Amino acid sequence: MSNKLIDRVFIVRDWVDERFPIIEFWDAHLSKYYAPKNLNFWYYFGSLAVLMLVIQFLSGIFLAMNYKPTAGTAFASVEYIMRDVNWGWLIRYMHSTGASFFFVVIYLHMFRALLYGSYRKPRELLWLFGMVIFAVLMAEAFMGYLLPWGQMSFWGAQVIISLFGAIPYIGDELALWIRGDFVVADATLNRFFAFHVIAFPLLLLGLVLFHMISLHSVGSNNPDGIEIKKHKDENGVPLDGIPFHPYYTLKDTVGAVVFLMIFSAVLFYAPEMGGWFLEKDNFVPADPLKTPEHIAPLWYFTPFYAILRAVPDKFLGVMAMGASIAVLFALPWLDRSPVKSIRQRGWIFKGALATFVVSFVGLAYLGTVAATPTATLFSRIFSVLYFAFFLLMPFYSKFDKTKPVPERVTEK
Amino acid sequence: MLIKCSSVLPGAFMLVALITTTMLTSSLVLASGGGVSLDKANIKLEDTESIKRGAKLFVQYCLNCHSASLMRYSRIAADMGMTDEEITEQLITTGAKVGDTMTVTMDRADAKEWFGTAVPDLSVISRARGVDWLYTYLRSFYRDESRPWGVNNVVFKDVGMPHVLWELQGLQEPEKTMVVNDDGIEQEIITGFKLVEQGKLDPQEYDAVILDLVTFLAYLGEPSKLQRQALGKWVLLFLAVFLVIIYLLKKEYWKDVH
Repeated sequence: MSNKLIDRVFIVRDWVDERFPIIEFWDAHLSKYYAPKNLNFWYYFGSLAVLMLVIQFLSGIFLAMNYKPTAGTAFASVEYIMRDVNWGWLIRYMHSTGASFFFVVIYLHMFRALLYGSYRKPRELLWLFGMVIFAVLMAEAFMGYLLPWGQMSFWGAQVIISLFGAIPYIGDELALWIRGDFVVADATLNRFFAFHVIAFPLLLLGLVLFHMISLHSVGSNNPDGIEIKKHKDENGVPLDGIPFHPYYTLKDTVGAVVFLMIFSAVLFYAPEMGGWFLEKDNFVPADPLKTPEHIAPLWYFTPFYAILRAVPDKFLGVMAMGASIAVLFALPWLDRSPVKSIRQRGWIFKGALATFVVSFVGLAYLGTVAATPTATLFSRIFSVLYFAFFLLMPFYSKFDKTKPVPERVTEK
Repeated sequence: MLIKCSSVLPGAFMLVALITTTMLTSSLVLASGGGVSLDKANIKLEDTESIKRGAKLFVQYCLNCHSASLMRYSRIAADMGMTDEEITEQLITTGAKVGDTMTVTMDRADAKEWFGTAVPDLSVISRARGVDWLYTYLRSFYRDESRPWGVNNVVFKDVGMPHVLWELQGLQEPEKTMVVNDDGIEQEIITGFKLVEQGKLDPQEYDAVILDLVTFLAYLGEPSKLQRQALGKWVLLFLAVFLVIIYLLKKEYWKDVH
């Protein structure tokens, strides 16, 4: 009986395969796609990012069914979702918690690349696609945050869009063009909705596909920073590689379940996360006549926001903020070390990376507090350290004393 | 082993730093209630009777000026186990139907003229202000003849709202002390209250009534909170069981990897 059923499944598979290369695809990307066998904790975040993308897409589709993108109805429609739509609160919290978790995952994913030099040759393009994804994701999150039309939505957008006004000559016209009105208004909300639910998601999907294609072309890096394709057996299979499926599909599922437990704990028990994921002021409807006492972007933007505020001149501040993201694109060409992984790097790089992490977290914190003289001083110090990590990298990475790179992976 | 440690350390450090800053700052955020220390409102959302009492107070005292236009009477009925008749009898004072939202007829322009500002909708006020703030605010009105309504408030200075509950609480006057602030300037601060006009309730009774009202406002802010927490347990339990199974399966497969 069961044999017959399996036979039938095979018949269907073969029927499809004659018309669409599913077996070839399955082999190339799963069962005969070889990943290094020593991938550790830090390698969970790639698949978790895909999981987050799926969660955001699904919850977003259901939100869009009930959300009304006009200045007069947006705030109420979110509460309508929270109260009158069946399981609406679950869908909404999934999406709002999801936004923050997406960034947690992405930041850790990017940090993994810093740890093990995953941006180095031959993975420069992989890194660039990833960086474009990061930039688009920030735009996606920024525009999505306007949609609930609370005070923070409104004033956050107002502040960020007005930054474009700092650009000489064309600034004011540009800001006006982005808003479609003299202040953030109905027209802004409508176009942000269009970008948030159509343009950027499509772009993200395409970029993720490019990211994956280039990953599967060059193969995964690993904590030892060595190329497993250098040592292959007689069948052309990397000696230190194991098939992605079933090994990493299973391992990543374990990681995904642990991740979902943390995600669910926040979603069900602390969806506001003490004001970090859902700000208090955003439960007050947008009021163009009443500026909130303290305007702060959500936590995932605060490192860059702190850099912006650290510079006394508005235009230069905007440039510095832009540069803080742009410099990441150049990373593959800034790093001149003969080795990739932190395992073989010397104390200079380790110290530089630790300083960078402290600066980044410090800036993230400073971006959330009022700009007191002390806070500004620290923002400036951390901003300088942030840029120093990248701009001095060509020198210190070259002179850093490194250990020899092992021939084969050092652990399973 | 040493190599492995050093590679994980910066990451671990970052995680620890992230968590510490988060905890540090969230406690800072909580501590800042506009410079006034807030009294803790020990509300229990499970206490249906308290919510029902609070709902009646809300309808009686608040719903004349403040709306809760995102909430339906029928939702309260469903959550509190009340029939449509009970809701109509106990909570609906206007001609509203049970399926209607809790709106008021007061005009925005009138409100502006009477109170100097638009009267905020209270549907999600508990999420914007927090229950401790509401609990403290509603107990912190004091006599101040310089204000249009003869009262002021400690946690919301020069608020446009009159002390609607004065007939319950009575009127209190502030007890002030002179202190020297950080800049070395002497200033007067309010340290407590003295009841100068007795209301219908004694102070303990009044606090209990306010707690009911705040419990209702908390429920109003997020009616599905209890449902959310109840569901969370099952989701986590399912994931925990699934984790065991998937982990064992992964372990079985990974036996082959050397």
